[in-house]
Amino acid sequence: MKSLGSTRRTFAPWADPDAKPFIRFENVSKRFGDFAAVDNLSLDIYEREFFALLGASGCGKTTLLRMLGGFERPTSGRILLDGQNMLGIPPHRRPVNMMFQSYALFPHMTVEGNIAFGLKQEGMPKAEIAERVQRMLKLVKLESFAKRKPHQLSGGQRQRVALARSLAKRPKVLLLDEPLGALDKKLREETQFELVDLQYELGLTFMVVTHDQEEAMTMADRIAVMDKGQVEQVAPPQEIYEAPASRFVADFVGSINMFEGTLIREAGGPQLKDRSGLAFDIADSGDASPGETAWLAVRPEKVRISRERPEVQNAIDGEVWDIAYFGDMTVYNVRLDDGRVVKASTINSLRRLEDALTWHDRAWISFSADAGVVLTR
Amino acid sequence: MKLLRRLFPAIGSRLVIAVPYLWLLCLFLIPFVIVFKISLSQVTIAMPPYMPVFGLEDGVSGFLEKLRGLSLENYVWLFGDPLYINAYLSSLYIAAVSTLLTLLVGYPLAYGMARAPANLRPLLLMMVILPFWTSFLIRVYAWIGILKPEGLLNQFLFFLGVIDEPLIILNTTRAVYIGIVYSYLPFMVLPLYATLEKMDYSLIEAAEDLGCTRLSAFWKITFPLSLPGIVAGCMLVFIPAVGEFVIPDLLGGPRTLMIGKTLWSEFFSNRDWPVASAVAIVLLMILVLPIVYFQRTQARAREQA
Repeated sequence: MKSLGSTRRTFAPWADPDAKPFIRFENVSKRFGDFAAVDNLSLDIYEREFFALLGASGCGKTTLLRMLGGFERPTSGRILLDGQNMLGIPPHRRPVNMMFQSYALFPHMTVEGNIAFGLKQEGMPKAEIAERVQRMLKLVKLESFAKRKPHQLSGGQRQRVALARSLAKRPKVLLLDEPLGALDKKLREETQFELVDLQYELGLTFMVVTHDQEEAMTMADRIAVMDKGQVEQVAPPQEIYEAPASRFVADFVGSINMFEGTLIREAGGPQLKDRSGLAFDIADSGDASPGETAWLAVRPEKVRISRERPEVQNAIDGEVWDIAYFGDMTVYNVRLDDGRVVKASTINSLRRLEDALTWHDRAWISFSADAGVVLTR
Repeated sequence: MKLLRRLFPAIGSRLVIAVPYLWLLCLFLIPFVIVFKISLSQVTIAMPPYMPVFGLEDGVSGFLEKLRGLSLENYVWLFGDPLYINAYLSSLYIAAVSTLLTLLVGYPLAYGMARAPANLRPLLLMMVILPFWTSFLIRVYAWIGILKPEGLLNQFLFFLGVIDEPLIILNTTRAVYIGIVYSYLPFMVLPLYATLEKMDYSLIEAAEDLGCTRLSAFWKITFPLSLPGIVAGCMLVFIPAVGEFVIPDLLGGPRTLMIGKTLWSEFFSNRDWPVASAVAIVLLMILVLPIVYFQRTQARAREQA
């Protein structure tokens, strides 16, 4: 598979008010007894979109996927696919296919048999099935494994068979439930890009459930961050990361420093005054109005660390409390005098740093006025 | 000492392996050889009622002399008389039909148990095993009370107005089928339940996702994957059912022909131990094939797991 990384298009149908959503969840709820797995959720997904549902386990993302697949029936609300109401349509009559987390390969069938299974159900002619199976095997690079049984394959190979099987029927939408969850890190990273390329090449709509934020960020056009059965934010990866809509999103995706305080308007511009009396300059106060409690969220890589006090307003001094060395970067945990810990990360662009900070050194952390996001919830 | 250990590298582990073999030798092979020897003897009015009888006092020449007295005559007799052949065939037929019926009753039962909420399953399992707490003989006797013309079943059907004359079930082959299905049901349900319970339900969902209806998903996925359980259950029912004696004797009446009853009457009514032994040996030979098949499928299933 050639990498399409450089040719990846700018694709943003969600920004186009005339674009028609391909999949539409309208006020969908799913209750199991008293527990609302999905709670009055609305969501639009566009054709050819690579859409990721991101959330911790139990947030309802898998239930949402299974409702689209037809395995769960919504307690209330509607699901539309290409304008058609999916309510009451059983899984076998839906133009979607699912790749299961456990892969769910049929153990009594060969790789070929697994891939051909759905096509046989359709009543496709034999010759055509054989041809399609060959194409699918080639697509996932498993041509020489056609006659193997699932238990004779490695984890990565099984994942490919599951993918080929779910793609064989050319579904309008492919649902992927933690598609890379069972693979080791290296293989997962490779497969992420392959999935993206495959989706682009086939022109399909992919809806993937994952708890791994990196996976969602690398693969998806848009991410829906879910919590307690509701969507917290739907946005492209960069927006999710740089402009989180809530403290939950900011905290769930990546790591974050959070300063709670009150918004005040000074002559020089808005400031956030926190409870210990520190006042931070902020460039954009977002939705917050003066006097309101708000949170300033700053990503560690936007926080600078230095021995000398820098020439910016937003600077606090503290003690280096912990250092986490990752090779490409180092994360310093700086403990402020009131006990709070602020994270600052630096890229290790030099092999050796004279006078590097070490444990218990006094240090200043600082960030510019536009480094943080002001959140009101 | 070192040399000893080298000659017999693992005396301990060999001893452990020896225990089951010793068990088989004493409780299976030796009795089998005795029965086999009797089947080659002639009937006589004596105690024991066959000859020759080997003894330690015979000496080598006496032993060889008596060995010449053994013959396959009983087997020739067995295959010359249609009574025995019919009894064998009838037993195989009744066992096969009962096995099929047990499967038809047991499969949905096992399936329902495997799909029941996990906290309910131990209770359901208990209910399947519960009848074993009562004597088998008493349970078969109880069926007489249910099936006889003035029994519970007929009374109930009268009460419902479904029938106006009693159904004759007792002392027919139907009663034997009912008895065998009832008695051997747990042997069918338990292995079926074991295979169905460990089956991954997402396989069914995957089949439905790929275009199967519920029913075709069952036939294409659940059924083939439960075959090891089906084979195990069928063998566990079929093998003992062929030689079943109590059920046909109590429920089947005099007209039901089964080899277990034939064997019993040869042994106790005719006091013809040699022919009875020959009947038993032939029965064993008939059952060896399905037993070997059963063992092989079990071994294969273990290998795959």
